[in-house]
Amino acid sequence: MSNQYADRSHVVKLIFIVVGVLFVGRLAMLQLFNPKYRELAASQSLREVTQYPARGFIYDRHGELLVHNEAVYDLMVIPNMVKNLDTAYFCQCLGITLDDFRERMQKAWKYSPFASSIFMKQVSKEEYARFENKMFRFKGFYISQRTLRIYDRPIAAQVLGYVGEVDQGELDRDSTKYYKRGDYIGKSGLEKSYEEVLRGVKGKKVMHVDVHNREIGPYQHGAFDTLPVEGCNLYTTLDADLQAYAEELMANKRGCVVAIEPATGEVLAMVSAPCYDPNLLVGRIRGENYKKLNSDIAKPMLNRALMGQYPPGSIFKIAQSMVALDLGVITPNTGFVCDKSLVGCHNHPSARSVQEAIKMSCNPYYYQVYRRVIQQGKYKSIYKDSQYGLTVWREYMLRFGFGQKLDIDLPKSGLQKGNIPDTAYYNRWYGKERWAFSTIYSNSIGQGEVTVVPIQMANLAAIVANRGYYITPHMVRFYGPDSVRNDEYYTRHETGIKREYFDIAAAGMYDVVHVAGGTARRARVDGLDICGKTGTAENYGNDHSVFICFAPKDNPKIAMAVYVENAQGGGGTWAAPIAGLLVEKYLNGEVKRKDIEKQYKEFNPCQKLPLTRRVKKAKKRR
Amino acid sequence: MYQEKLKIDWLPILLWLVIMLFGWVNIYAACYTETHASVFDFSIQHGKQIIWMGVAMLLAAVIMLTEPRLFSNTAYPIYGVVLALLVVTLFIATATKGGKSWIDFGAFKFQPSEFAKFATSLALAKFMSAIDIDIKKTRTKVIAIALIAMPAMLIFLQHDTGSALVFAGFVLPLFREGLSGSILIIGVAAVVLFVLALLVNKYILLGALVLLALFYLFIWLNKRTARDYWRVLGVLAVCAAFVFSVDFVFNHVLESHQRERIDVLLGKSDDLQGSGYNVNQSKIAIGSGGFFGKGFLNGTLTKAHFVPEQETDFIFCTVGEEWGWIGSTLIVAAYIWLLVHLVSMAERQRSRFARFYGYSVASILFVHLFVNIGMVLGLVPVIGIPLPFFSYGGSSMLAFTILLFIFIRQDASKNQLL
Repeated sequence: MSNQYADRSHVVKLIFIVVGVLFVGRLAMLQLFNPKYRELAASQSLREVTQYPARGFIYDRHGELLVHNEAVYDLMVIPNMVKNLDTAYFCQCLGITLDDFRERMQKAWKYSPFASSIFMKQVSKEEYARFENKMFRFKGFYISQRTLRIYDRPIAAQVLGYVGEVDQGELDRDSTKYYKRGDYIGKSGLEKSYEEVLRGVKGKKVMHVDVHNREIGPYQHGAFDTLPVEGCNLYTTLDADLQAYAEELMANKRGCVVAIEPATGEVLAMVSAPCYDPNLLVGRIRGENYKKLNSDIAKPMLNRALMGQYPPGSIFKIAQSMVALDLGVITPNTGFVCDKSLVGCHNHPSARSVQEAIKMSCNPYYYQVYRRVIQQGKYKSIYKDSQYGLTVWREYMLRFGFGQKLDIDLPKSGLQKGNIPDTAYYNRWYGKERWAFSTIYSNSIGQGEVTVVPIQMANLAAIVANRGYYITPHMVRFYGPDSVRNDEYYTRHETGIKREYFDIAAAGMYDVVHVAGGTARRARVDGLDICGKTGTAENYGNDHSVFICFAPKDNPKIAMAVYVENAQGGGGTWAAPIAGLLVEKYLNGEVKRKDIEKQYKEFNPCQKLPLTRRVKKAKKRR
Repeated sequence: MYQEKLKIDWLPILLWLVIMLFGWVNIYAACYTETHASVFDFSIQHGKQIIWMGVAMLLAAVIMLTEPRLFSNTAYPIYGVVLALLVVTLFIATATKGGKSWIDFGAFKFQPSEFAKFATSLALAKFMSAIDIDIKKTRTKVIAIALIAMPAMLIFLQHDTGSALVFAGFVLPLFREGLSGSILIIGVAAVVLFVLALLVNKYILLGALVLLALFYLFIWLNKRTARDYWRVLGVLAVCAAFVFSVDFVFNHVLESHQRERIDVLLGKSDDLQGSGYNVNQSKIAIGSGGFFGKGFLNGTLTKAHFVPEQETDFIFCTVGEEWGWIGSTLIVAAYIWLLVHLVSMAERQRSRFARFYGYSVASILFVHLFVNIGMVLGLVPVIGIPLPFFSYGGSSMLAFTILLFIFIRQDASKNQLL
């Protein structure tokens, strides 16, 4: 027998064992040392369907719904899953052309053959209904539900802001990696500043799909699913009726209105004219309308109340008075002759007190006041003295909220801080110790280098209303089911100036509206002790008409700033009556002076300027 | 009735049971859907497999009860019947997935090629156990090769290349019986050269071979005779002829799907939606299993039928995905243990027939294991043959069981037999 070859059994066994070891090694390579396959597996057989939470609603201060949602459907596609598609029928169902279909498919392929991308955005309920029951015939396509913003009243567009698809920059900045391409994000206004509150938290459904892209069921009985967390509702400080009325009054004009409740710093209305219907920036019409609005030279998308910088004009005199009184360089009864050789003025009797100076808005008076503030005589050199004076003055101004960004709860980008020049500023311009009061005296009457932001002016009115302090203006009272509030908006920012001085300012402002010789008699409304101050911000075009006010004089309920750009005539002519109407509306609930209302609604100072170009009407989707 | 005390070796039976049951568990997972969750749902593969497993166990018991000489005595008739069946199959077969290897019996189908394996093993063992047989003799070689080649050719004609390839496994028992070991080396060298010829420029390959020959002649060998020169030259010439014929074989002998499968394996083609699809999906499924696997019924790709032929030829994917590296390794280990044990069993046989048959069993199982798992792991081109005792399928389950249990039966009464 051939048992001489018995040793060969070892060779055979060795072959078997070697192959076994080879397999085990190969398995280790695939399963233990190569994460590629795991990722591929996850992307292939599981489909993560994002569950978009409903975005939080936005209410006004009386609980009126300003912004809510409606459902739309995104038609999604996974290109390599598309098989045996009856393209012609599919196009017919969607109402698109064959070329359109090819283009969309190409785009999707380019993004990724394996991952899902949006084939058609924001298909409406009606459109979706037409092909919902045919979806099974379109392999590789599925529907993802989304919500769109909807605005019942076309108001406060710049404040509310709009929502749009995240762009690359936003994706790069998103350190939490929350957003995915195609997600929506607040782009401006409250939608942006309260994005994290409003958006909620996305959920996901991990669906098990088979090779034909059919959903088999939830993966591991939903163990990896997360429910979307609905966005929190925002309860804003806005008064929808006041806002709407202000927008009506500001129609045909450029400028802005900011109204604040002085005791709380709550913004009651914030209008930037020209306004636009927020529904224009929703849905598929958004792109086209956005282009139009964005290229409009009247800049309707700019929130002038926060982003406009203007010379404050005469309104500034109130702050100047307070500073001078507090420094003790004048007393409440200090009088100055109206000497027009110092600085131009209109014809009026000389002011014998601060109260009168405010009432008559005397320029030479404030020239003198400002000189005493800037040149206090602490140093022999007028240059050094001016440097000292300016530094002291500037500190006061900062306490009024000027020269800095007010910490309002709207996006900080674009928010202006205005300019309260410091010594470095003038040193840069004129050289160190090369400037003195005579160089900078224009500041005294709110011209020159000083600029402010409208909201700061409204805030100044609130400071006088409060007799010496302000609470940072803000748009949101609380949000969410737990009524979260921001503590910052309870903090009193004190100017440190005595209350009695502000009483003088308030008295002067009362006179402005009510006493003969006051500059804003047109703002008067019977029974509503409106205190105001006019301003005319000089401009290279027509001057801007400015008015700040609060009312009533005692225990004020509303403080306001009104800017009308390029309005011929001073603050008393245009801004003051508009403010009067607004105060009447807010305090009385309705405006009885219909003739005046009509007159100012129709007033159009910008006829010579191209105003908002026609914008495509928001298609009503319902 | 012939009476004896059987000395049954329970280890291979135990491994057979373990592999079979674990195979069923994976078929269940591969076919599992919420609507077909019942274990005894006979309308679906895992239910049918239960029937086949029952029949297989019955068959195993029956074989253990037969007279031990039955199979050696009937080896040639069985071989003849199977050959006849193969010929018949060629004419009446139902075409399935490009192959024509199934005979339709109405309710179920039957694949004669599965039974050709044990029939050929029996016939070859019978032939090799004859008194005057010596594999070194040309006559013996010719007859042995003819015995192997006849069923192999018939199966090849049925377009079942995989099953035909299994017959190459008979090299191992023949090697054990004294066939020159160089056949193994030549075989391996041929595969290596074939692959290299497809991957590397042929002239560079030839240059390398010449260098190798020079190295062998002038550095390896201390003394060179004229014979050495001729021999090396002869080998070189054969190699060159082989290398240059590779293209021809590849392009004209192989069918297009076979060419593609080889290209995919060698990484020359990555048509993931086409011919590379199976292997790629299979690698993804296995790779995603990780160390511990996703757990029973949790294989996402398995459940989603991403891998075609999931319950038959690609069943090992399910193991890889759901049971991970640890489960796959245990299954490979169980197979290797069974194979090595079968060789040991064969070595302790006192009859040459039983020994040769034992080696044949081990070799056939080995080729299946190598080709099937190698294919699933992307080491071997896609060749559709089942994983023994594991894949879904009645014919293969029964045929492999018969193959194995004839040998276990021989072994149980090895002391009575000479």
